[in-house]
Amino acid sequence: MPAIELSNLTKRYAELTAVDGVSLEIGEGEFVGVLGPNGAGKTTLLEMIEGLRRPDGGEVRVFGESVWPRNSGLQSRIGVQLQASSFFERLTAREQIRTFASLYSVGTGPADEWLERVGLSDKADTRVEDLSGGQAQRLSIACALVHDPELVFLDEPTAALDPQARRNLWDLLSSINDSGRTVVLTTHYMDEAEILCDRVAVMDRGRILQYDTPAALVRGLDAPARITVAPGVITVEQAAAVPGVIETEERVEGVVLVTRDPGGVITALAAGEQLDGVSVKTGTLEDVFLALTGREYRA
Amino acid sequence: MTRPVSSSPFRALSVAILRGFLRDKASVFFAVIFPLMFLVLFGGLFADQDQSKVDLVQVGSVPFVQDLPDAQRSAFEDTFEVTTTDDLATALEDVRKGDADVALEQRGDTLVAHYTQTEQVKAAITQGTLRAFVDGSNVALSGEPPKFALETERVEDDSLTTIQFVTPGLLGWAVAMSAAFGAAATIQGWRQSKLLRRLQLAPVGTPTVVGARIAVTLAISLVQFTIFVGLAAVAFDLQLTGSWWMALPLVVMGTLSFMAMGLLAGAVTKTVEGAVNLANFLVLPMAFLSGSFFPLDGSPAWLQRVSDLLPLKHLNEGMLDVMVRGQGPGSAVVPLLILGGFAVVVTLLAARLFRWETT
Repeated sequence: MPAIELSNLTKRYAELTAVDGVSLEIGEGEFVGVLGPNGAGKTTLLEMIEGLRRPDGGEVRVFGESVWPRNSGLQSRIGVQLQASSFFERLTAREQIRTFASLYSVGTGPADEWLERVGLSDKADTRVEDLSGGQAQRLSIACALVHDPELVFLDEPTAALDPQARRNLWDLLSSINDSGRTVVLTTHYMDEAEILCDRVAVMDRGRILQYDTPAALVRGLDAPARITVAPGVITVEQAAAVPGVIETEERVEGVVLVTRDPGGVITALAAGEQLDGVSVKTGTLEDVFLALTGREYRA
Repeated sequence: MTRPVSSSPFRALSVAILRGFLRDKASVFFAVIFPLMFLVLFGGLFADQDQSKVDLVQVGSVPFVQDLPDAQRSAFEDTFEVTTTDDLATALEDVRKGDADVALEQRGDTLVAHYTQTEQVKAAITQGTLRAFVDGSNVALSGEPPKFALETERVEDDSLTTIQFVTPGLLGWAVAMSAAFGAAATIQGWRQSKLLRRLQLAPVGTPTVVGARIAVTLAISLVQFTIFVGLAAVAFDLQLTGSWWMALPLVVMGTLSFMAMGLLAGAVTKTVEGAVNLANFLVLPMAFLSGSFFPLDGSPAWLQRVSDLLPLKHLNEGMLDVMVRGQGPGSAVVPLLILGGFAVVVTLLAARLFRWETT
């Protein structure tokens, strides 16, 4: 039985169709990313799955059960982390997570364990207002997991974090489905979805454009690879003469060889001992998005 | 299957909300300290005003005063604080400058009182009192027993002083402030931070969440009541009348209606600051128009009609009735009904106007 089944889910506001006929299946234990720019309908989609919003059409089933009207039996099996840091004002980190634990009839033991697990034990007595952005996100993730839910929704958990804090959070995020937990993550960061998710649903203007593993999405894109060689190792003319190269560019970081046969080109470069400072960049989800929507990704 | 309202989430929520309140110094200040400052001001500094004696400067010898019988003489001294001087010009100057209220001299059988028009109340007291003494002496000298007698009795208890009036009014204002601000800031703050959404996703019912918020606000109101009445009784000799305990249900019902105002302020605004400012904008004029700071008896009729629409007016009147005017418990019933009705209507209005989205 899939953890989540959506069939033809639709939500309309006055002029806007926020979610437009979405059908999706998420298996138990999967880590699924919903990827899309702001206003793509990700949050509305999640709110309907969580049972916060009533769909105008279609159906949501979570663990085979209906989520609307309010299904409190399901609610204790689901953990939710919302976009903003949704905390009680002026409580310390420990008081915060213990309060959330009580809402799910969980004792202080698991609450303190989760604080430890997200690395906030030394901040236990710090008020939430005094936590850094990364620490606050860790706390809100711990608060979502304190009752050990089978399914977790994380709504843009790394939004507004600096790159270093984002990377630190990835370790934590990738560990939370270790125990077979199903995770649904929304993000507008391509790299994040690529690294964390088993499958990615690319969403834009209320529709799911593609739903597959990140690797399959990039493969399906059939985008050429870009091989960069350090400056001075090879001239543009030499590069253009390498078999399989369809385009060359001269840039500050070196000469770029665009090819659909990166293996063959690398072999040729190796034969000429021209591999100094080489880097290979294949297609990314960013390219997938561009190809699917026909426009630049706007985060 | 619906879960029963478990005491544990209710407790956890109440404790979390209470901690949030106690750690917010501004909230505590405006709920307790600020109104108490007014209590001390009104109760302590202005309390003497209505009993203060008239400063009388006696110029030269005034045999009339010296010859008063003992009983009347002590009554005279209750009313006037007497100093003596021989120089009329100095005495008149004192009156003109406000250092004394009246200068009294005797020319033959005529008493002459010099007063200033700027102190009209004391001028009236002086004229009335001196005339009464003169008339009394004239009657006594005629040898006839007086035909008519006048007795005056105050309607209120003898102990009715300033503190009796200001304590209920200022308490009502304090309760209105903290209940309205608390509700406005909570609903707006929790909506902004999405905590409201987050709580919806937890297996606790709306009654548990709302109940915890109400319980904390009611507890704060009752603590305010205790502090106000306690301080007024200990420091300023507040005397409570028989059915003062009926003020407790009044405070509870008043708190609910002010929370409803706060909810309304939170529902129609888009930021926490906006919500608190709107609550302030509603509460402060309401406090003035409800007689929290001064009695409305002398105000125009239309203003009193307007004040009838305000819940604080009914809370104040209800509390005055049972706490200091000595009325029975039944006198609180109508204010209680009005406050309850206000709370229901305004809460329904707030619920209709509330929007989850903040944009």
